[in-house]
Amino acid sequence: MGSSSSSRNKIPNAQELMDQTGFSSAHLLRLYDRFECLDRDNRGYLSPDDFEAVGGLAMNPIGGRIIDAFFSSGQDTVDFSSFVRILAHFRPTDRNRNKEGTQQELPNSRTRKLKFAFQLYDLDRDGKISREELLQVLRAMLGLQVTEEQLQSIAERAIQEADLDKDDAISFDEFKKSLEKVDIDTKMSIGFLK
Amino acid sequence: MATLWRFTLFLCMLLMACGGLSLARGGHEAAPITTLPIVTWKWHHISVQYLVALWILVCWLCKLIIEANHSVTNYIPESALLICSGFILGGMIWGADKMQTFSLSPTVFFYFLLPQIILDSGYHMPNKLFFTNLGAILIHAVIGTCWNAASLGLSLWGCHMGGAMGDLDIGLLQYLLFGSLMAAVDPVAVLAVFDQVHVNEVLFIIVFGESLLNDGVTVVLFNVFDAFVSLGGGRINAAEIVKGIVSFFVVAFGGSLVGIAFGILIALLTRCTKNIQIIEPGFIFVMGYLSYLTAEMLSLSAILSTTFCGVLCQKYVRANMDESSVQTVKYAMKVFANGSETIIFVFLGISAIDKVIWVWNTGFILLTLLFIFVYRFIGVFFLQWILNRYRLVPIELIDMVIMSYGGLRGAVAYGLAVLLDENKIKEKNLMICTTLIVVYFTVILQGITMKPLVMWLKVKRAEVTEVSLLEKMTNKMFNHTLVAIEDISGQIGDNYFRSKWRHFEEKWMTPLLMKPSARKKQDEVFDVFHQLNLKDAMEYVTEGERSGSLEFVRNDSAILDFKKKLEITDMIGFLCSRDPIPSVSLEMHEQTMKAMREAEAVDAHHLLDQHLYKSRKQYRHGFSRSDFKINRDEKEVQEIFQRTMRNRLESFKSAKMGVSPPKTIVKHSKKEQQEKVKTKRGNNKLIFSFSFLDFEFSEGDSASGYDSSYPSFSMRATYRPGDGIENPAFVPDLYPTDLLQIPPWLAESEPDSSMVAPSLRAQANLPNSPMEMRRMGLLRTSTRSTDTKQMNNDQFPPPPTPPPPPSGHM
Repeated sequence: MGSSSSSRNKIPNAQELMDQTGFSSAHLLRLYDRFECLDRDNRGYLSPDDFEAVGGLAMNPIGGRIIDAFFSSGQDTVDFSSFVRILAHFRPTDRNRNKEGTQQELPNSRTRKLKFAFQLYDLDRDGKISREELLQVLRAMLGLQVTEEQLQSIAERAIQEADLDKDDAISFDEFKKSLEKVDIDTKMSIGFLK
Repeated sequence: MATLWRFTLFLCMLLMACGGLSLARGGHEAAPITTLPIVTWKWHHISVQYLVALWILVCWLCKLIIEANHSVTNYIPESALLICSGFILGGMIWGADKMQTFSLSPTVFFYFLLPQIILDSGYHMPNKLFFTNLGAILIHAVIGTCWNAASLGLSLWGCHMGGAMGDLDIGLLQYLLFGSLMAAVDPVAVLAVFDQVHVNEVLFIIVFGESLLNDGVTVVLFNVFDAFVSLGGGRINAAEIVKGIVSFFVVAFGGSLVGIAFGILIALLTRCTKNIQIIEPGFIFVMGYLSYLTAEMLSLSAILSTTFCGVLCQKYVRANMDESSVQTVKYAMKVFANGSETIIFVFLGISAIDKVIWVWNTGFILLTLLFIFVYRFIGVFFLQWILNRYRLVPIELIDMVIMSYGGLRGAVAYGLAVLLDENKIKEKNLMICTTLIVVYFTVILQGITMKPLVMWLKVKRAEVTEVSLLEKMTNKMFNHTLVAIEDISGQIGDNYFRSKWRHFEEKWMTPLLMKPSARKKQDEVFDVFHQLNLKDAMEYVTEGERSGSLEFVRNDSAILDFKKKLEITDMIGFLCSRDPIPSVSLEMHEQTMKAMREAEAVDAHHLLDQHLYKSRKQYRHGFSRSDFKINRDEKEVQEIFQRTMRNRLESFKSAKMGVSPPKTIVKHSKKEQQEKVKTKRGNNKLIFSFSFLDFEFSEGDSASGYDSSYPSFSMRATYRPGDGIENPAFVPDLYPTDLLQIPPWLAESEPDSSMVAPSLRAQANLPNSPMEMRRMGLLRTSTRSTDTKQMNNDQFPPPPTPPPPPSGHM
């Protein structure tokens, strides 16, 4: 008990983080350990090469995008609180919370999860997924079996289906609408972060 | 009226059946003949076969009558009605024969009726859902069934000791044996009842998966207790019990391994059966049945074996086999499974009408019913409560109620009950009666009340949704994301295992079990894309037909033109086989052939062969038993026909309304050409290469989407179909007409500039008069552009003499 509270003191703004993300202190500690483990040079922050050192990411088709998602615009370092905030997106949604507005602010609300996913597509952060961005994702995920033309057609069709205001790009609302039937909770949650 | 006819038919069949049955009992003595008989009565030769066929027919007729009127089947599940028909039939036979000549014998049930149902379940199992919930399924199947068996047996024994059942000669072991055979949830019954209720998929898969996998436990328990009963109470010591537990693992895992082995064999087989596509589907059935029998032979769990065989082979079979074979397997399996299910339920009804087996013991029967019901609820709730703590998305209370309520017993329990040895178990008849009553209670009563209960409790129903491409893509992306996040946060979760499995599968299993050509097509996103395209095509056709746009078909010249278009622009097998090929087109083919000689080696003979071959095809259709390609081409022809019709509809519509640009046909060549295309071209959207089933309609609206790089002649090299014989008369989009997205043969509608979206290149040389466009459009037949202000495509060979102005053509 004593050690955990002293370890918690290691973590800056621990209470604030817990409130904002909904993680328990045990989780936070675990994540802090992991953060320190990833931070090989003990700089107190992570840079892209720290992420790239993680084994599986190289084999992941969208590994690069995930890494980019951690680095919010402009910065090239990730401190612990940003690290935790991003990971908080993947907490399973708490079902029993009252919906007094607190729900919307938590990172693991459905909207926030969708926003995270949206940003994985929308690399230039202009708020819309253009055809080119869609193509890039497709290219990354579909690999070599599919030809360029087919990729184009798929991207074309995907936009056609989702694009409601016919501006040839998918905005966040259109994105949300087209995924309304998907159970985001299951699909974008990791159990041990509960 | 129709119902009346059906009913009459049914009655006739019944009478025939009864008549036949009475005859069957009459023996036939072989008396010496005195004169040459012209016709003899040979009933005894084919009595068995005749009865079998007749019974199948009668059962299926029952189903026909039941399904005639959906108002009844909305309230009472079909299985219940089938059992009732069985009662009626049984009554008639009883009336005719004064004894029950027919009943559901275990041999017939376990070896002839059950395997196909299980194979069907395994083959059509939603794998992803199944394996995601495998933990819950296994826990319920193993622990739940053991709990059911133990609790039922012990409670009944307790009641017996307490005197509630009067004077029965059943010992503890026999109670446990009875408990074990009553414990198992029956897959046939679950399927039959849940089929009509459409609960949400997680709920369904847990109940259904449990009903399949609990066979492992049931078999073990039944055999163990059966052996114990034979051994007698005294000889049971710790060693025997340990052996019992070991046998569970052996039976369960052994059965699964047998199934997996047969699944792999099936996949390997289908990899090599390209040349015998006719009987390809049969292999699945034979091997599936063999897996069942092999497991049975080794006294392992046959149901587990068949289930896993189906689960494993489904992916590879669907990838390896030809589309028509896949459809054949799917439908044949459904026929067998559904047919067997019908027969099972009817016979369950018939078997009841037998005075011999009826022994009534109120206490025993009612207590069994009560205990089964109650203990099921307790078991499910307790186990699921524990499981929920480990689940990402816990299962709600309401779902748990339905899960418990859905614990239906069925024919498997009855079959096992009949298998009991009456020498060792004196009260076998009582057990059979009780089993029957329990089965009727669950199937009929619980079946009838299941739907109202689901509605009343507002259980989440299955959503019939269409998956959009974006959804599918995003789902995939989620998978990758989760794996990445798991990696980053350093923990091993579900997704880690899943991705590991996927890697393993890609590396080892797919190369081994899947045909190389099939491997290339393996992609979910692309599959959805493909399916969506096909659906679109069909929808447009229906729409077109409804609005009567088939008008142009009746116009003779239009047909001709259209035909020519098809011939020119299509590859092998796309011709409408209805009319003979007009000679005009042959001429034109000759011309175009000459013209294209520089670009590619064109085989004139091939070309002629191609056409002649096609015209003969229409007569061959339907006669050949082994050449199914004919039918496929017919289907493709229809599709292209429909597509073109739809195209015309669109252009007519847009011509009238001038609203949105009609859709382009962007087709995709076969994979073999894809590589060539890819290497030769960059991003070119307008590949007008044709393959049999891959085509897509895209909203060709903005020029921005089009790459300015224009297809060159080298493109045409890639427009070969997989068969290698190309239609050299086909000239791809050399002309901006294509960019203008108006099928040239309909270009008499004015080229509203708002409708066209020419590429950069075409913009340089925009045809600005209808005549010109039309001419150019029709000049698709020629490889040369007579348009002097042609785009700078130097690879075009010099033009031949241009055909006369289009007015004569249209």
